[in-house]
Amino acid sequence: MRCQKCDKPATFHITELTGGKPQELHLCEEHAREYLTQSGDEPSSTGGMAAALAHQIAQQMAVGQTAEELEKLDQQTCPVCGITFYEFRSQGRLGCPHDYVCFQKQLDPLIYSIHGEAEHAGKAPKRCPGGSEKRTELIRLRREMKEAVAAEQYERASELRDRIHRIEKEEEA
Amino acid sequence: MELDDLSRSRGEWLRGGGPESDIVISSRIRLARNLADYPFISRASEQDRSQIEASLKECVFGLQEASQLLYVDIEELDGVDRQFLVERQLISREHAESQGVRAVAIDHREKFSLMINEEDHLRIQVMQSGLDLQVAWDRVDEIDDLIEQKVTYACHERLGYLTACPTNVGTGMRVSVMLHLPALVITRQIDKAFRAMQKISLAVRGLYGEGSQAMGDFYQISNQVTLGRSEQQLISQVGDVVPQIIAWERKAREFLITESHENLHDRVSRAYGILRNAQTISSEETMHLLSSVRMGVNLGLIQDLEIPTVNELFIQTQPAHLQKLSGTELDTADRNIERARFLRRHLNKEKDTNGAENN
Repeated sequence: MRCQKCDKPATFHITELTGGKPQELHLCEEHAREYLTQSGDEPSSTGGMAAALAHQIAQQMAVGQTAEELEKLDQQTCPVCGITFYEFRSQGRLGCPHDYVCFQKQLDPLIYSIHGEAEHAGKAPKRCPGGSEKRTELIRLRREMKEAVAAEQYERASELRDRIHRIEKEEEA
Repeated sequence: MELDDLSRSRGEWLRGGGPESDIVISSRIRLARNLADYPFISRASEQDRSQIEASLKECVFGLQEASQLLYVDIEELDGVDRQFLVERQLISREHAESQGVRAVAIDHREKFSLMINEEDHLRIQVMQSGLDLQVAWDRVDEIDDLIEQKVTYACHERLGYLTACPTNVGTGMRVSVMLHLPALVITRQIDKAFRAMQKISLAVRGLYGEGSQAMGDFYQISNQVTLGRSEQQLISQVGDVVPQIIAWERKAREFLITESHENLHDRVSRAYGILRNAQTISSEETMHLLSSVRMGVNLGLIQDLEIPTVNELFIQTQPAHLQKLSGTELDTADRNIERARFLRRHLNKEKDTNGAENN
């Protein structure tokens, strides 16, 4: 394969994740260096933890995956809050507690590279010893209720409202 | 309690007391928490935000008598008041500048503040003057327990407390100690000290956190890792390194005193002289000179000034404080004049009583 910018053989195969869609680049050493030093400044210039984190995720994802696979990964959506993996990795912020469960495969290596550990070792919450998964149900129901109202499906909305009330009552008891 | 009451009081972290307070300004611990039954802030609707705020507000008023608590709706504040809270380190810049329903609850002695709907639903912050992490931890742990009696936190069996950003997951805890290190800066050893801290994965930041410059030779040291270590381990990770940095700073001060006493004394006296006489002065220059004066007071080179007064001047000469104290909005040029007047008034108290000051 030849470099996309000159006639030399392409020895660097880069997957760019900073745009809307992952994009594959095939470059010779010289053009790859030029390309990488150019884009390498970005995380620090946009500043902050979120940008640095996004950069880290992008780097980690790019290892051994094709643009097609990455695009599929990016489109994964949390059934509870509706955030896509792409939205998370471009903002560096998750959408709800359930993301830690549904994006686990991508998040676990990231969490390990940030903390060097995979398991919490400190104070434990008293109210939900097994984790708060059950309560995330409420997030999904409220979202569905809002959507039902927006779509003028009032019957469904009131059904959802009743379910929400029931769960809230159970929790209180 | 009203916001304006704060501008007239000193606040815990400026008290200038506590262990090692010649070098350690304050110890802080913050916990990041989220409610289990709402999305994180980035996906929360206005209604979600209002409900989160309402339920946390109720918890907050269960913590302390209402008369000793200041509850502030950030959205309602004007720009100067928001900046004022940032300058006092009661809210983050992000909290001041973002949008939507959000609030802060502040203890009347400024020993803790609770930010609601910042990056996470709740950020509990406890401040302590000097090096006193254990006291800060006991307090923040207690507040956390009291709030948890009324709400269910988002958590995960293996990962602990869940946060909007994976960098805070686990304990959700940031331990930070603010240090005043002018002698390490003068003797150019500060970079070496930082490299040593980064090696043991501690973060070093300026006075106002992420991305801010080290104004006035103030540095904050904090943990980066939040997962896989207990709260006590994180406290010692930061707490154990601080005495070492204090020792370095003391050694550097000693070196300056013995090896270049005249230069040091000159530097301190000139700084004091400018602050007492300038007619217009920027915030940056003020911080820079106050840093020398602060060290001068600690080394006995200036004797007619107290550390709490100097600490206070660092904050009260910041743009929003100055405007609040003078009661009007001022542009940069007017602020610089007002700042110089303020400094002359506070540093020349003796002359004042003799009526010798003539502006």
